[in-house]
Amino acid sequence: MNLDLDEADAAFQEEARAWLRDNVPAAPLPSMDTAEGFAAHREWEALLAEHRWSVVSWPQEYHGREASLLQWVIFEEEYYRSGAPGRVSQNGIFLLAPILFEHGTQEQQGRFLPSMATGEQVWAQAWSEPEAGSDLASIRSTATRDDARGGWVLNGQKTWSSRAAFADWGFGLFRSDPAAERHRGLTYFLFPLDAEGVTVRPIAQLDGEPGFAEIFFDDVFVPDRDVLGAPGDGWRVAMSTAGNERGLSLRSPGRFCAAADRLVDLWRRQSGTKQGRRDAERAADRVVDAWIGAQAYRAYTWGTVTRLAGGGETGAAGSVNKLFWSELDIALHETALDLLGPESELRGEDAPDAGWWSDGYLFSLAGPIYAGTNEIQRNIVAERVLGLPREARRGER
Amino acid sequence: MRFALTDEQQGFAEVLDDLLTASDTPGVVRAWGEGDAGPGLELWHRLAEMGVTGLLVPEEQGGLGADEVDLVVAFEALGRHAVPGPWVESVTLLPVLLHHTQEDQLLAGIVSGETRATVAVSEIAPLALDADVADATFVLDRNVLRHGEPGEVRRSIDPARRLFPLTPGHEVAAVDEPTVAKAHDTAVLACAAQLLGAGERLLDDAVAYAKQRKQFGRLIGEYQALKHALADVRVALDFARPLVHVAALSLHAGSQEAGRDVSAAKVATGGAAYAAARTALQVHGAIGYTAEHDLGLWVTKTRALLTAWGTPARHRARVLDSLMPLPEMPEA
Repeated sequence: MNLDLDEADAAFQEEARAWLRDNVPAAPLPSMDTAEGFAAHREWEALLAEHRWSVVSWPQEYHGREASLLQWVIFEEEYYRSGAPGRVSQNGIFLLAPILFEHGTQEQQGRFLPSMATGEQVWAQAWSEPEAGSDLASIRSTATRDDARGGWVLNGQKTWSSRAAFADWGFGLFRSDPAAERHRGLTYFLFPLDAEGVTVRPIAQLDGEPGFAEIFFDDVFVPDRDVLGAPGDGWRVAMSTAGNERGLSLRSPGRFCAAADRLVDLWRRQSGTKQGRRDAERAADRVVDAWIGAQAYRAYTWGTVTRLAGGGETGAAGSVNKLFWSELDIALHETALDLLGPESELRGEDAPDAGWWSDGYLFSLAGPIYAGTNEIQRNIVAERVLGLPREARRGER
Repeated sequence: MRFALTDEQQGFAEVLDDLLTASDTPGVVRAWGEGDAGPGLELWHRLAEMGVTGLLVPEEQGGLGADEVDLVVAFEALGRHAVPGPWVESVTLLPVLLHHTQEDQLLAGIVSGETRATVAVSEIAPLALDADVADATFVLDRNVLRHGEPGEVRRSIDPARRLFPLTPGHEVAAVDEPTVAKAHDTAVLACAAQLLGAGERLLDDAVAYAKQRKQFGRLIGEYQALKHALADVRVALDFARPLVHVAALSLHAGSQEAGRDVSAAKVATGGAAYAAARTALQVHGAIGYTAEHDLGLWVTKTRALLTAWGTPARHRARVLDSLMPLPEMPEA
């Protein structure tokens, strides 16, 4: 057991750190959920890609560096430590791309991956529907075969689609076999959000910004070449990265380590003020617990990296992971707000730390809900990790 | 970078687990608590034969010269099986303290399993564990190690922890500060590993019970209320474990952050194990609350270890202090 970086990894870390130091915008970009902020984040993605930092683990031909998993973790740590902007391409590069690499045709890979890497095409996920949230397999949106045109016709509604308000393309599951039930008869589709028959209606989130949207499909034609994996095999295809999303790629430890360091710094500042000292004293244990939590997540990830490098899989452990970071994120931001006292409710430029904590807090509240609610994750941990009996579900007894 | 136990360490863990599983440790614990140390001492000798008592003693002094990761593997097994006795004192604190002294004979006795030693440490372990079965009893007052004369036994909520006040006697050695600090940290780390093992055992037992106990015509493990509580314990233990290993590596490397990392491990394992104890008891219900059921042996031990070798408050304060002058994250 050792935590030493070899020469190549240390050099990679140094290179990433130096580039970020010289290139990260000094002032934070506007929120990516505004038109102006979305454009600014897209430009940032282009700059990252130009210097091959946008998708470090991808092959060279798609703007990557073929970095190892460990190097990816190192990069993420440096990235968030440097205060770099959030990733507007996240849905594409971390959720869709792994599926494209695993199940996509070479033609699809060549067509989609480069523009995803540069931010030229930003992707939105389209999983949930009004009647299919935690129970994702009860999807009702349909795909009807159109042999004449060589493709499928999509109808129905998706909702809570992150980034859809400004994104270019979407990906999601549709019921292609109406006779099949639940996990069967679903197909994975890729579709441009400006296609004929697609209507995107932004939804303002708790923070007031249109971070997600509803997507309506009214006879939207999708050619066969934009089907990912085999028709009817969509559930299996989609689930092949669910573990990735919850397990590693969605929220890397770097984010939390950087936030925990900022929390410690905030604690120190508040302890030095007359008004803040009392609150700081009371919050000290929670500051420590948040810092310990970030360290635990960091070390846990090294274990995951070691296991995956040895041929292991994330599997249901991804759910353990998601429970931990989503709760940690809230605890971390709640503690910061408590430290800020009466100023904690302020947002915007003239708020403490330019609103970094209040924005982060609002964002953290979504963590236990997206990527599968924490209740669903606890069921998965209980049934697939601990081996507890499956709960009897309606119609199964 | 390779953050996983080696095959040898995993093998060591399995061998210890097999031995302890076959040793009726609940029976050993009960006898120990009633003052019958016989079965416990027999087990002590068997563990000594496997090298547990000599882990931290250098090879030239007859020990194994193993590292801190090996140590936490062993102590996790001791915690998992609630093995009674002054293990932390004999196997971690004293060997580290006495490393540079002339106490070769005492160390040789510890390695062979012939000698059990215990020690009271000002502030973090003011009462000495199992002084009645120890052949050598010490008081560590800051950096001075003295012989200690045991007084009357004090009862713990963990019946297998027999605690004794010691009256300091003549000086054995004055030990340099870094060695004292390392000895402290090694003891705290061993206790953290015991907590981790105890927590894993409590979770295992609770899950096993939830898979066979039926109420309202269903296995209670089907109910989300229990599932979610047990899942939370799994999460807490999974994220405490790597902190124990990080702390072991820090201690081994003589890192400046060793004290901080050890304290973080103690806080995390204490919290996780205590949550495991509360949840396991709740899952078992009334049967778990009986003296007859073995669950209570771990429930009470976990509560005792939570504040042994430094309270959570003390360790949190140490982490916070360490973060103040140097808020930077350590390098990977």
